[in-house]
Amino acid sequence: MKYIDEFRDGKLARALARTIAREVRPDGSYRLMEFCGGHTHAISRYGLEDLLPPQVRMIHGPGCPVCVLPIGRTDSAIELALKPGVILCTYADTMRIPASGGLSLFKAKAQGADVRMVYSSTDALRIAQDEPQREVVFFAIGFETTTPPTAVVIKQAAALGLTNFSVYCNHVLTPAAMVHLMELSAAGGADSVRIDGFVGPSHVSTIIGSEPYEKFAACYRKPVVIAGFEPLDVMQSILMLVRQINQGRAEVENQFIRAVTREGNRKAQRLTDEVFELRAAFDWRGLGEVPHSALKIRAEFAAYDAERRFDIPYRQVPDPKVCECAAILRGQKHPSDCRVFGNACTPEQPIGACMVSSEGACAAFYTYGRFRSRTSS
Amino acid sequence: MCLAIPAKVVEICGEDQARIDIVGVQKEISTALIDNVAVGDYLIVHVGHAIGRLDPAEAEKTLAYLAEMSEEDARALAAASM
Repeated sequence: MKYIDEFRDGKLARALARTIAREVRPDGSYRLMEFCGGHTHAISRYGLEDLLPPQVRMIHGPGCPVCVLPIGRTDSAIELALKPGVILCTYADTMRIPASGGLSLFKAKAQGADVRMVYSSTDALRIAQDEPQREVVFFAIGFETTTPPTAVVIKQAAALGLTNFSVYCNHVLTPAAMVHLMELSAAGGADSVRIDGFVGPSHVSTIIGSEPYEKFAACYRKPVVIAGFEPLDVMQSILMLVRQINQGRAEVENQFIRAVTREGNRKAQRLTDEVFELRAAFDWRGLGEVPHSALKIRAEFAAYDAERRFDIPYRQVPDPKVCECAAILRGQKHPSDCRVFGNACTPEQPIGACMVSSEGACAAFYTYGRFRSRTSS
Repeated sequence: MCLAIPAKVVEICGEDQARIDIVGVQKEISTALIDNVAVGDYLIVHVGHAIGRLDPAEAEKTLAYLAEMSEEDARALAAASM
């Protein structure tokens, strides 16, 4: 595939790895967080950790929407799906998220709930048009990449005058979560984790641009390199981070110049802003309540807001005691530190959300890395 | 979840709709988030929507940089083995 295969060249990846190995300080330690689950997946799939020198340690971040969605939100989606007359449309990733009472959307479907997997938000809208007698709810999750497509369909539903379509909005924001991680570290408590630099998200940044990270990098003195999702992109970004750290710089650099600009996609930003506004706070698995870290539908579009249309109170539900997802999402623990990893908890029978989506740290490690020996931390 | 792929536009199908081609697989997608889409453009496609453009010139710059880095690496390897 054009613009994909060229960035998966093994020979170039090894040349990058040798360059990184030459440039790291022999006694140095470089703890780099890849915020985004797409990078976690790429690092596991292409075995990039095996190419890196021992001084560089990759820490998996919370940029996986399925992973950070707290149980209470999935419970609400299931509650919606079980209401008579409702069709709940959802991206495939959410189907297996373990919820309260041993339920998941898959199991709710088996119990008779009309849950439909869709590829696109526009598919949900089409179902609403085709079935005017049914209430169609779109379970919207995702970071800034996935938010504008939701905004598009809410505007289209309004333009079409649909009265049977609504969105259960769970869209969350990247910079707020990065700030929260740094605040946890600054607090120095049990939840703190040392991070020396960030591999910044690819497609989130296609939308928001590189500018929103500038204040973050300056404020917390951490370098951020926005990286594409292919293995060479990740390796080049790690080299750029190593160089910044060696030179004592903390800047925002853009490796993914083929798809990210400083200002981002202004049209998508305008549309998002038109339809959504900031929530005061949102509950994240692993991070807890994070201020101004998620979006809700503006009052103007209240008719399309499932939270206003249906009575679905949010209840906070603790994670299963054996599950280490929370610490893994904060970068404090590795999947192999979890005692149920790979035995009681597998992608087929997940206990925690990090084992559900292919980009979850546990699922990625289970699929590609569980037989490789653990590098030292 | 944020995965997206570069795809080539092969046809404009009415307002805010385009047909794309990914190694022979064609699909109609929404282009409501991008202005002035033309046949031949490469778009970044996510959940049935184009969310951005892929700039071929910038992609070439990255590939040129990687080639240069690889040559430097080869020189360093040669120097180390001497």
